Amino acid sequence: MIALFSPRRLGAILAKEFVQMRRDRITFAMMLAVPIVQLLLFGYAINNDPRGLPAAVLALGQDRYTRAVVSALEVSNYYRFGERPQSAAEAESLMAKGEISFLVTIPSDFGTRVERADEPRILVEADATDPAAASGAVSALGTIASRALLRAQGREPVTDPAGASGDSLSFVVHRRYNPENITQYNIVPGLLGVILQMTMVMMTAMALTREIERGTMENLLAMPATAGEIMLGKVLPYLAIGAVQVVIVLGAAKLLFAVPFLGGLGLLLTCVLVFVLALVLLGYTISTVARTQLQAMQLTFFFFLPSLMLSGFMFPFAGMPGWAQALGELFPLTHFLRIIRAIMLKGAGLSDIGDEVFYLSLFVPVYAGLALMRFRSTLD
Amino acid sequence: MSAALAIDVRGMTKRFGKRTVVDDVDLAVATGEIVGFLGPNGSGKTTTIRMICGLLRPDAGEGTVLGLDVRTQSAEIKRQVGYMTQRFSFYEDLTIAENLTFVARLYELDPVDEAVAKTLDGLGLTSRKDQLAGTLSGGWKQRLALAACIMHQPKLLLLDEPTAGVDPKARREFWDEIHRLAGDGLTVLVSTHYMDEAERCHRIGYIAYGRMLATGTVEEVVRGSGLVTFVVHGALKPAQIRSLEATDGVEQVAPFGATLHVVGTDRGKLEAALEPLKREAGIKVEPGETSLEDVFIKFMTGAQERAA
Repeated sequence: MIALFSPRRLGAILAKEFVQMRRDRITFAMMLAVPIVQLLLFGYAINNDPRGLPAAVLALGQDRYTRAVVSALEVSNYYRFGERPQSAAEAESLMAKGEISFLVTIPSDFGTRVERADEPRILVEADATDPAAASGAVSALGTIASRALLRAQGREPVTDPAGASGDSLSFVVHRRYNPENITQYNIVPGLLGVILQMTMVMMTAMALTREIERGTMENLLAMPATAGEIMLGKVLPYLAIGAVQVVIVLGAAKLLFAVPFLGGLGLLLTCVLVFVLALVLLGYTISTVARTQLQAMQLTFFFFLPSLMLSGFMFPFAGMPGWAQALGELFPLTHFLRIIRAIMLKGAGLSDIGDEVFYLSLFVPVYAGLALMRFRSTLD
Repeated sequence: MSAALAIDVRGMTKRFGKRTVVDDVDLAVATGEIVGFLGPNGSGKTTTIRMICGLLRPDAGEGTVLGLDVRTQSAEIKRQVGYMTQRFSFYEDLTIAENLTFVARLYELDPVDEAVAKTLDGLGLTSRKDQLAGTLSGGWKQRLALAACIMHQPKLLLLDEPTAGVDPKARREFWDEIHRLAGDGLTVLVSTHYMDEAERCHRIGYIAYGRMLATGTVEEVVRGSGLVTFVVHGALKPAQIRSLEATDGVEQVAPFGATLHVVGTDRGKLEAALEPLKREAGIKVEPGETSLEDVFIKFMTGAQERAA
């Protein structure tokens, strides 16, 4: 009679599983390294209450009250006032390009109105294509400016800043590009990038490992097909699949979510094509590294999660520390998100987003080169 | 000389890490010849074939395949060589016709449809052309693979254990086909484990532990081994067999049905060892013919001792 449970048999299976786990180096490394890397990465990088957002102040007057408010804003760590636009048109263009998230305009009669206690106003324009980034910073602005004003008037800031600002200073807030603060406007165009990335990279990551696992690679290599032919032959079919996805997501964005579509369709589709090409080549590069389909999947996810977190899809890009932003720039998704939001929500043209399109297209030769370098036309 | 040789390579060596898998192998195959490549598992047969068709880069060695440099012209070599892998390596999720079309297009055959139709016809698979390749039996897969390998009319055919797991009738037909192709001028290098297949080759090469131990016709290899064989008829007790195995001069004792093959290198010592048996009742000892298998067992034992 065989016992229903034998610790020795269980031990045999456990030992075998551990040995196999150890043999599969990539998987083993992933299981140990991924949680650590991602915990540290996301733990420090992600910030829902972003500070240091790029902003610009357009001071039309030169009185002391204006200067007091401007300097108070500049020393606060909520904003990073880098640009000093000289005109409203210049400021407008900075916002369209996405170089600033906020524009603070202090009207020329600000000083006179303060002295007359005649409802001095400050105009705040926020780039609301990312509602999360806009809201926190807008409310902080009021506090900082009111206190500065009180101090400049020689009055002690009262402990309740809301009360202080209530009677002396008023803010006019414009939520640009997304006046109703609708989250879908931000999420839906971004989803196009995320969905494309998910499917394109994963499918092409299997391209070579599938041939290797099924034993057909040896035959393919024995026949007269070159590395470039195999690469293009493997990735181009996915461009067609990507095209279908684009139509579905853009159609849904328009019909179901009523996301505004301000920019040119031709420009958008060109950018999408470049993005998808970069993605399929990235997937193919993964395919030249992984030895099994399972490893290809794991490598895809290893890439997928950081690019989701650090691209500005889930959390405001500008709110991340500098090193995380630098890392984020390395993902095609980051650039694609800026492009698609700019085109769809801001109606940006090629002159506004030329730099981003250039960075995005850089990924194509880089990934193709990497893949061709990694590809082996022999079985060595 | 090299014009008449389809394969002419010397000193081929391949190392994987610290392990030398193929060690200083020379191989010369004349045009139109069928050469059998024999050796135990892991002896370097597949690695040698892969080096010849450019799938592996040799660590050392030089020579020509179809007059092309084996080290630098592997792309050109690939165009003129048909290589049939050990494991079925066409697409099981494509139909027979789709597989053939894929191959025809890769080799830029023109017109594709005609080449595919001709191959299907030759195979007798025209009526089943839309069947998935994965659903074919072992014998049919092998025939399909061979047909796909010769579609582009290569000058050299490399077959890596093509008949493993194929039934005897299919094997017979396969070899008839190989001889027909060789008759048309195709050169064939075929690796195998089967002795009867070795005997259907014009010449054979025997490789063990990465070293080429013997080349020549079957007769030459057998004669070159210097082995002498006696056949013992009659029932021997297990103890008698064990003592015979231990006797000086006896190198192999192998039962074949009701007979026993006793093999050794030294005829005198072998006869002396068998002398006591001849006197036993019901036992007859007579000179026999040394088989290729006996020779290979000797090679393997020898190579093992040298490797150890």
